[in-house]
Amino acid sequence: MPVMTIVQAVNSALREEMRRDDRVVILGEDVGRNGGVFRCTEGLIDEFPDRVFDTPLSEGGIIGTAIGMALYGLRPVPEIQFMDFIYPGFDQIVSEAAKMRYRSGGQYTVPMTIRTPFGGGIKGGHYHSQSSEAYFCHTPGLKVVVPSTPHDTKGLLTNAIRDPDPVMFLEPKKLYRAIKEEVPEGEVTVPIGEAKVRRKGRDLSIFAWGYMVNVSLDAAERAAKEKNVEAEVVDLRTLVPLDTKAILDSVKRTGRAVVVYEAPRTGGYGAEISAIIAERAIEYLHGPIVRVTGFDTPFPYTLEDVYMPNPDRVLAGIEKAMAF
Amino acid sequence: MGDLLRVIKDDGSTDPELDPELSPSDAVRLYRLMLMERILDTRMLALQRQGRIGFYGPSVGQEATIVAPALALDAGDWVFPQYREPGAALARGMPLLDLVNQFMGNAADAVHGRQMPCHYVFRAGNYMSISSCVGTQIPLAVGAAWAAKIRGDRIVTLAFFGDGGTSTSDFHVGMNFAGAFHTPTVFVCNNNQWAISLPVARQTASETIAQKALAYGFDGVRVDGNDALAVYRAARDAVKKARAGGGPTLLECVTYRIGPHSSSDDPSRYRDEKEVERWRLRDPLTVYRRYLKHLRIWTEEFEENIEKAIGDEITEAVRLAEVNPPPPIESLFGDVYAEMPPHLEEELEDLKRVRGR
Repeated sequence: MPVMTIVQAVNSALREEMRRDDRVVILGEDVGRNGGVFRCTEGLIDEFPDRVFDTPLSEGGIIGTAIGMALYGLRPVPEIQFMDFIYPGFDQIVSEAAKMRYRSGGQYTVPMTIRTPFGGGIKGGHYHSQSSEAYFCHTPGLKVVVPSTPHDTKGLLTNAIRDPDPVMFLEPKKLYRAIKEEVPEGEVTVPIGEAKVRRKGRDLSIFAWGYMVNVSLDAAERAAKEKNVEAEVVDLRTLVPLDTKAILDSVKRTGRAVVVYEAPRTGGYGAEISAIIAERAIEYLHGPIVRVTGFDTPFPYTLEDVYMPNPDRVLAGIEKAMAF
Repeated sequence: MGDLLRVIKDDGSTDPELDPELSPSDAVRLYRLMLMERILDTRMLALQRQGRIGFYGPSVGQEATIVAPALALDAGDWVFPQYREPGAALARGMPLLDLVNQFMGNAADAVHGRQMPCHYVFRAGNYMSISSCVGTQIPLAVGAAWAAKIRGDRIVTLAFFGDGGTSTSDFHVGMNFAGAFHTPTVFVCNNNQWAISLPVARQTASETIAQKALAYGFDGVRVDGNDALAVYRAARDAVKKARAGGGPTLLECVTYRIGPHSSSDDPSRYRDEKEVERWRLRDPLTVYRRYLKHLRIWTEEFEENIEKAIGDEITEAVRLAEVNPPPPIESLFGDVYAEMPPHLEEELEDLKRVRGR
């Protein structure tokens, strides 16, 4: 079985789906000859010269025309080079793609997967680092998927492309080449809407997505060694629709919850997770829900490592939750 | 490019070089649809004033720019409307009753009362669902045309928008992609002189809207939007060119919004009634009647018969639509996704519990 990075897993899923379904097309900036700035689409234009398109520099155009393609019956997979650049297409995503099925009574649908690298960790400053999933989670009609491993990347991207609704597929760019694992050739599927427990633990539950899963796993290992605390780490994998059952099952077992996300704290998607736990499982809690997050500032350049939650800060969050 | 394309002369005869030579039945069909739109508008505005529908956006004065482009399309072509083109929906085969049910947002409305009036959809006629966001349909029309080109389907997409729409980023984006990918798209700008309260002279410093096409590498054509034959001719040529692989065209149809922007708008706050009166003299229905008279089709009796038939049709549609109940609360939660996810099921169950059902 081949060993893949997340970049290779994205490429493998795209290639498999393009072979399987000739309605799948790719469009975006530099996705053709250049293979994408992160090389996720490398070589696809050679195998599918009529279905991979380098577009003019316009996120609104990429997303707007991709929606038109989906309406017509294709399965477009537009790439937005960095999530920080998605906003010119935001109106098209929330006003058109997300509402089309609803506002047309199911007459028109938008089976489109928007792939975009998100999150910090590559010294990209304000505009190559943001984690703006909450905007999209707040829009009914969109699904929001965030893998954290190569296997899940391939399986979830495959399911996203086959999904009948628009999917935001957020790729943790910090992990693009940082981890490798065995991923099968050929078809790999992972259902959208299912969380996964990455580390079992009895004392406390950590909920995270994307790169923060890895940070949380590191912190959990240290907590076990240094504090004798066994933390469970739940990788949400899909933010919408959320696997509420997995969250509640875990927190009811452990009685403590730490939510880790790298976006600014206020209004972040972790606030929704905290609210769900508070509403439905407060009687199981031994202490307050703890959030470990980015700060309510723009994303910084030089002090990136200070801004982003790291194992030290997650460990401090674990201590806070264990104090009760 | 400043010149307006005109076909119908003041005496009702036509420019022989430009006359699209409609068959008598097509000539009457075009008239009937324009008249239907005019009478429908009057009736629906009245219903809105009586509180029987919640909102209405009339298109009085713009009938030629709305109906004629739709009639220039083939059945397999797609329309991406703004929100002021009911005549185009009817031309694409949408039943009048479906339209009125949508205006009322009732249980028989295909979109279950989820959208305000004038935001209908008609898939069977490839008539796209309508957004209130100005201009967003333009890149969609280009994307669908591009998809058709990828698939090798010889269809054309047509996008309607107004002069206000040409200031949106989506207009630029759509025109640019259409030029860059040479898509079979026809852009129909209904330049009705007013974007709510802003006159077109303050919308853009361009002398014409048609000239904007030059910057994107394709043709712009400026048409007398109150001359239905001119609009038809220009649209037909643009559609034919697009279908033959000749790429996109921008049509600027110069017309006038005689009525308010919507039932919530009072145009006396921002424009002179004398300007409206001047445009009334070039009412597209009056211009077209001269042509039908020249063809010896139009008579007082013809007019009376057709107006009565349309009036009766609308009366019957309103009668049938008004007996429909509001949509059931379950419809609130449907069609958000292909399958209802657990959190929506829970919200629906909670709502039912609270309502004691």
